[in-house]
Amino acid sequence: MTELRRTLARQRYLLDYTVASMSRRRTRNLGLLLVYVGMVFLLASVLFYSSALKHEAGLLLAEAPDIVVQRMVAGRHALIPAQHAESLRGIRGVRVVEGRLWGYHYDPAVRANYTLLVPPADDVEPGTAVIGPALARARGAGIGDVLSFRGQDGTLHPFRIAAILPQESALASADLFLVAESDFRALFGIPEGQYTDIALQIPNPREERTVAEKVLEALPDSRPILRAEMLRTYDAVFDWRSALVLLPLSGALLAFAILAWEKASGLSADERREIGILKAVGWETGDILSMKFWEGGLLSLLAFLFGTAAAYWHVFGLSAPLLAPVMQGWSVLYPDFRLTPAIDATQLLALFCLTVLPYLAATLVPVWRAAVTDPDEVMR
Amino acid sequence: MTARVELVGVRKIFNEGQPNAFRAIDGVDLSLPAGGVTVLAGPSGSGKTTLLTLIGCLARPTEGRVRLDGRDISGLPEPFLAALRRQTFGFVFQRFNLIRGLTVLENVMLPAYPLGTPHRALTRRAGALLQRLGVGHRAGAPVESLSGGEAQRTAIARALINDPTVLIADEPTANLDTALSLAFLEIVSGLRAEGRTLLLSSHDPLVREASVVDRVAELRDGRLVADRDPLAESAQ
Amino acid sequence: MMVQTPILALFMADLLGLLLLIPAGLFALQVLRHWDPSSGRAQQLRLEKRTPLVAAILGLVLLTQILALPLFVHTVDRMALQIVGAMCAVGTLNANFWGLPALLLRIGLFFLAAAWLLMHRMDKLAPDYPLIRAKYGLVLLILPLAAVTAGVQLAFFLQLDPDVITSCCGSLFSQGSESVAAHMAGLPALPTMFALYGTIGLALAAAGVYLRWRRALVPFGILATLSFPVAIAAIVAFLSLYVYEHPLHHCPFCLLQPDYGRIGYALYLPLFGATAIGLGLALSAAFARRQSLRDVLAAAAPPLVITAAAGLTLFAALAAWITSQSNLILIGY
Repeated sequence: MTELRRTLARQRYLLDYTVASMSRRRTRNLGLLLVYVGMVFLLASVLFYSSALKHEAGLLLAEAPDIVVQRMVAGRHALIPAQHAESLRGIRGVRVVEGRLWGYHYDPAVRANYTLLVPPADDVEPGTAVIGPALARARGAGIGDVLSFRGQDGTLHPFRIAAILPQESALASADLFLVAESDFRALFGIPEGQYTDIALQIPNPREERTVAEKVLEALPDSRPILRAEMLRTYDAVFDWRSALVLLPLSGALLAFAILAWEKASGLSADERREIGILKAVGWETGDILSMKFWEGGLLSLLAFLFGTAAAYWHVFGLSAPLLAPVMQGWSVLYPDFRLTPAIDATQLLALFCLTVLPYLAATLVPVWRAAVTDPDEVMR
Repeated sequence: MTARVELVGVRKIFNEGQPNAFRAIDGVDLSLPAGGVTVLAGPSGSGKTTLLTLIGCLARPTEGRVRLDGRDISGLPEPFLAALRRQTFGFVFQRFNLIRGLTVLENVMLPAYPLGTPHRALTRRAGALLQRLGVGHRAGAPVESLSGGEAQRTAIARALINDPTVLIADEPTANLDTALSLAFLEIVSGLRAEGRTLLLSSHDPLVREASVVDRVAELRDGRLVADRDPLAESAQ
Repeated sequence: MMVQTPILALFMADLLGLLLLIPAGLFALQVLRHWDPSSGRAQQLRLEKRTPLVAAILGLVLLTQILALPLFVHTVDRMALQIVGAMCAVGTLNANFWGLPALLLRIGLFFLAAAWLLMHRMDKLAPDYPLIRAKYGLVLLILPLAAVTAGVQLAFFLQLDPDVITSCCGSLFSQGSESVAAHMAGLPALPTMFALYGTIGLALAAAGVYLRWRRALVPFGILATLSFPVAIAAIVAFLSLYVYEHPLHHCPFCLLQPDYGRIGYALYLPLFGATAIGLGLALSAAFARRQSLRDVLAAAAPPLVITAAAGLTLFAALAAWITSQSNLILIGY
């Protein structure tokens, strides 16, 4: 026990000495710390952002139907007739079958696509619309205002805004434009009895695959899409995107490692002398190594804390203005939506490996070289 | 408390195997009496300082043995040599080698850090040492502000903090005037009275002739040329 | 192939470790050939100066493995979402031949690096480098192991395609299948239980013998090391079943999930620690031909033996507690 106490006391002395020594060489350490924080900030932003997008996509898909059935004509997605829905009702395991109407409308005024959708209950009054918060902001529209779209036949279709969707689940609803079925059909010229696709609800997830196979049997021209498959695809795509953003950053990582190596090996004459003195008065190589690793550890800890905190604020506070154009990439309508914080320990662990390990590895050899300074060097 | 140091056939070659190889110490046999004061004399470049570093475990001989109380210490691993530097040998450097930016007290405490001595006890001991050497009032001062005599006393206090049995001083009076040199010899005689073994290198006649010195060994070109024992001489 | 940030992190960690181990390996060759502590010549001084560097490298390799092991398991577990049929880490690992070997090699690397550092610690306490040859021989074993680990992991991730249909935990460990993992599940609960408590009991007895009479350090080390595979077999054979309260879910990884209170960490941490110490002590003691090392071990080994024994005791106690708390009944009355 006394041995342990002695070891702890020794390490405490070394730590105290390191802190004092670092504050004596403040400017030098500050420069490195700044670059280090920047490095952690960049990587952490990418990681946090991609995981937040995955989280949002998960939320979005949570309300999606278990299976979506699309009709394929000549390999392209086409409108699906209502009779198709009838033939699906008989399949065992399917609880709800409904035709859905949705599509995109390009608004030249804000140069953005809206998602036009007929809500399943069709509870929007004809001539009115319920719109998403981002869209309302982009057009500067409030309740009672009128938005007009040019339809497929060239006529103007005015919509009075009846309500604006709440801010939560922003990504899912930001660009939504909910209209009545009759308006939708008139705007896009879709005849009665045709739908965009058909949604199926299947209470037992184990039956999804069998149901999908039966759908294909009943409707050879259809393509059933499972929600699980979409989830998997989104997951893979976001992982892939964040890794693709990180790959060019590995160049920055290398530059950072070189900088760390240089800072660690470029000991000033003063510092060399100090280490020589410490060795001469009885510090062993291990003590100097411990001291230097305390220094690296403290620097890494500070950089990690500041970097991740800044990245958290950047991603979840400011909605990642630096990354959004690269990673989001499906609509330009999201100036101000807030991401729900979603971070897990695995991400932090990966971040730690990506930033702290290169730093430690880069400084290992220079630190050793400093630590084995001969004690008689101070006499020469 | 006392320690016996013996050197057997010690050689130190710098830049070994290269064209500029240089034999700083070339076959020295020497034994330091336990509890006495020995002076290594000789012109500059004669190898005095190198020999001190070999005895004080700051460097290892290329050949030969250094023994401490009969135990061979020349082939010990680095941590063991560091432990000897820390606890058995106290070293006072010619240019004192205090660490700038730290206070007098912190400089004195440095050699005890690797031992993990409790902080309060250590501070007390360092304060007492400084007091005894007459620089207690400077404990909180940064070392840059010290005079030559104060810096040397701080360096002595640092060398004594772990209570070593052997104290080694390299040209201790080189930077001091006569009054301060005499004061240093006063300190030496006090340490000798405690039974410590002292080893000084000096070409200052004031030191060589001092009454506290038991023995003078003369070096030239890395070899021992004369080994004089004033006590023995006066006894004859 | 899957490109993901944690995979990049794992790959980089392996690469860094390997990059540092290569010079350590070359240095090990020099030490084995030219080491002569009685010499004060420049060559010997150079070799001695380099030993702390090798220790620092092995320290970094150990740190890398401590970080990479959970990162690997959690990444693989998360990737199960992208692989049809995989429900947890076992499914992903089973997606191709390299998954399980990658994990096992990583665990091996962790233990060898930890054992090396323990041997280094003992060696440093003795004045005559008693373990120098054993240590650097071990470096020459660790280097290729690290290279193979990096390679196998790379092969695993390169061949891992999203959407490959794989079996989930239930079928990986199903009786009758030929793989090693299946064999572990095939072990009947009761004999495995006896093996677990028997091995740990013997190890604790050896610890007692050592602490009382300073004998049998090597047997203790071997038994503590052996406890690891036995404990893993026990986790697969019955402990996991008791935790999940499901008679077929033999997964050793889901224990780490929050759904089960991350109880796996409480099981694995003492187990890994005790095994690492046991292996390090066994290797140190096996090479203790010189009196200096025996003296060092006599002073430094007892607290380590106590720590390792405490780890094993903790594991056994936790295992017993899990068994007694569970609503699942595996062994009939």
